[in-house]
Amino acid sequence: MNTRVIHWFKFSSPQNFYVLAGRMQPWFAALAIVLMAVGLWISFFVAPTDAQQGEGYRIIFVHVPASQMSMFIYLVMAAWAGFGLAFNTRLSGMMASALAPTGALFAFLSLVTGSLWGKPMWGAWWVWDARLTSELILLFLYLGFLALQSSIDDPRRADKACAVLALVGVVNVPIIYFSVKWWNTLHQGASVSLTRSPTMAAAMLWGMLIMVIAFWMYTIAVTLARVRNIILDRERHTEWVKHAVE
Amino acid sequence: MQWNSVSEFFAMGGYAFYVWGSFGVTAAVMGIETLVIHRQRQELLRNLRNELLTEGASS
Repeated sequence: MNTRVIHWFKFSSPQNFYVLAGRMQPWFAALAIVLMAVGLWISFFVAPTDAQQGEGYRIIFVHVPASQMSMFIYLVMAAWAGFGLAFNTRLSGMMASALAPTGALFAFLSLVTGSLWGKPMWGAWWVWDARLTSELILLFLYLGFLALQSSIDDPRRADKACAVLALVGVVNVPIIYFSVKWWNTLHQGASVSLTRSPTMAAAMLWGMLIMVIAFWMYTIAVTLARVRNIILDRERHTEWVKHAVE
Repeated sequence: MQWNSVSEFFAMGGYAFYVWGSFGVTAAVMGIETLVIHRQRQELLRNLRNELLTEGASS
């Protein structure tokens, strides 16, 4: 027997994951703080003034990270939810529930920062543009997920109902992503893509990428902290929780 | 660096409201979310400990 194999399924038990999450959480939180400090420094002191938008473009350093987070969190949440439906693991539903509020907040931030950017550049706080509308639907999907969950008392049944909602809503994510290509929208196209060289100054690009990674670290830290709360709450009548809180 | 003075930095080339508004609302949301999760944990632990105490007293 190879004793060095990591027993991944060990961590699918809420009890073991509670301990693991508690150990990992401070590291992700620390990384988030450091990367955010570096990202903010680049955002305001290294990245040059934009030729067209002056200093107003600096909103990109929070708008893009928040927007991509709102979409990625949805995909990760739906993946956990789908995993839970397929394998009936308790932790999956807890992970999906832990991700949903943060995803909703980032969708909200994406819309608010976008609005604050749209007003000076387009002259309007809001337009019924394909990108903006599909992002608004994403926010409603998150809110629907949260509302459905709080309306069903039995957490295991709530997990299943929410998982179906989350999986159906996945169709919206590619619509958001490709909306700037499929429709003639006011929202600009992607500045960064895998197939083309980026259409931005290097310092702007680095600042944005570091902020994106910082938002990822923040999301992981916050999700791990929230899932620990969810685990404690749902497993409150088990022996291990009684020992853990003593 | 492109700022000649502190006031120029805060003015953001005339976009102060939009730029500081965006960064401000993002910082506020992240701060509040962190605080709420921390408070939830404190409350949860308090409740669980109380439950344990009452169980211990009744048995």
